[in-house]
Amino acid sequence: MGDTGTPLLSLTGIDKVFGRDIVALSNFSLDVREGDFISLLGPSGCGKSTCLRLIAGLMQPTSGKMRWSSPEASEGLGVVFQEPTLMPWATVEDNVFLPLRLMGKSKSSVLDDIYSSLAMVGLEGFEGAYPRALSGGMKMRVSIARAMVTKPKLILMDEPFAALDEITRFKLNNDLLTMQAQLGCTVIFVTHSVFESVFLSNRVVVMAARPGRVIEELAVNAPYPRDEVFRTSADYAAHCRAASEALKAAMGDVPH
Amino acid sequence: MTQTTLDEVSAQATTPDTMKAHADTVDAEEFARARKQRLDKIGTWAMPVIVVVLTVFAWDQIVRINEIPHYILPGPGRVFETLINDWSVLFNAWTITMAITIMALLVAVLGGAGLAILFTQSRLTEMALYPYAVILQVTPIVSIAPLIFIYVESKLVGLLICAWLVAFFPVLSNTTLGLNSADHNLRDLFSIYKASRWQRLRYLQLPSALPYFLGGLRIAGGLALIGAVVSEYVAGTGGIGSGLAFTILEAGYRLNIPRMFAALFLIAVTGVVIYAILSVISHLLLRKWHESAIKREQ
Repeated sequence: MGDTGTPLLSLTGIDKVFGRDIVALSNFSLDVREGDFISLLGPSGCGKSTCLRLIAGLMQPTSGKMRWSSPEASEGLGVVFQEPTLMPWATVEDNVFLPLRLMGKSKSSVLDDIYSSLAMVGLEGFEGAYPRALSGGMKMRVSIARAMVTKPKLILMDEPFAALDEITRFKLNNDLLTMQAQLGCTVIFVTHSVFESVFLSNRVVVMAARPGRVIEELAVNAPYPRDEVFRTSADYAAHCRAASEALKAAMGDVPH
Repeated sequence: MTQTTLDEVSAQATTPDTMKAHADTVDAEEFARARKQRLDKIGTWAMPVIVVVLTVFAWDQIVRINEIPHYILPGPGRVFETLINDWSVLFNAWTITMAITIMALLVAVLGGAGLAILFTQSRLTEMALYPYAVILQVTPIVSIAPLIFIYVESKLVGLLICAWLVAFFPVLSNTTLGLNSADHNLRDLFSIYKASRWQRLRYLQLPSALPYFLGGLRIAGGLALIGAVVSEYVAGTGGIGSGLAFTILEAGYRLNIPRMFAALFLIAVTGVVIYAILSVISHLLLRKWHESAIKREQ
């Protein structure tokens, strides 16, 4: 992993200005390589979410270049929002089916994909349930299953576990790494938790606010698979300290 | 009361030798709760029935004791009698009013929902037509109706237009609100997966709008009936093919007060039944997922 992957997406000198003078992102550059797990770590207002929205194609940069390695790399990327964002009127199965349905597939032809995606997030047997019957963690699992059902090359996650309790979050962190390994996909993960970013990522991009920009990129070279042993290791603690210091530097130069 | 019982329970639960007393208290509490639920259940249908029975009884007594003549205020017995004796007249009128109400409601649903969909698909159409929808809504139907009856030859069609005008706006405005209230993250998701306009409408906007539409439908059901009755008062012409409103007018001219009451009773019952049917439809469509239709565990 790390520097060896083939490039997937490269962002160069991206600026994003809202209105006349609200600078959300300033001179943002990032090279995403296949198999990366990149965390964008920073305080609120540092442009993390803006960055994801640019990559998702939901908005265009004011200036700068965004280059995909191939046209199909940008197709059907998976997205997980901070809220589960499920359709309350549809069953778990139909929620996971949504991306494939929008691609014009019939349900019978992709039933295996839906079931294997649900199995991957540990929700076998919940196909017919409605979202309201599920807990917050389970709803998030459905959301992840939906993002993975298209077997995308790149998955964008915008603080997906921020609203969950710590126990559920640890469990989902572990499972997320397992799923990433199974799918072999690339993940860009927005968070404001130092511990989460270090546990999950091979690259932590620390960002500062006003204007949103990159302060530092930290490599977390601990090998995958990572588990509870890594979570309690001195190596993990050292990386967390480094990331915390970088974050403190990022917060330090602006009053907040 | 419940609060003290709960406190007692927790206080007793701390010492092991009061476990039995604890269990008794829980039983007593459960018993009280079950009793309350049973009372609630009986109350929901018993209370309205008791109120109606008492009202009818009081009405009857007032008429009897004061010896009020039936051409001023008939007793409930006489109204019931009239309902049976005049049934053929009343039923014919009722069918006409019902036919107008149902047709107006159908057209209001198709027109209102259709127009709402058109509005969300084309901003320009919305900007062009929405003012007219509002103007039609805020102008009282009794003031438009005479004009309509001048220009429309058929009385039935005229009545239908009036009832439709009254009923369609709640459907239109509620459905428009519903179509625009889809979760913004879901909308982004549909954009990311490059959903077509049709897919967005079919899989996101229409389901989001359903609870709003059904709310509008319940209002429209009552309004369609009101529109059908009110516009007939304005139309005022009698003869074959007249509804309940004309029956009331005609009975009034003849001082046939019992028949007025009987016709009024039919209108009220019809309104309640329409509301009940639409509520059941709404519940059936939403019970699986929407908050409004879900009974919470206490």
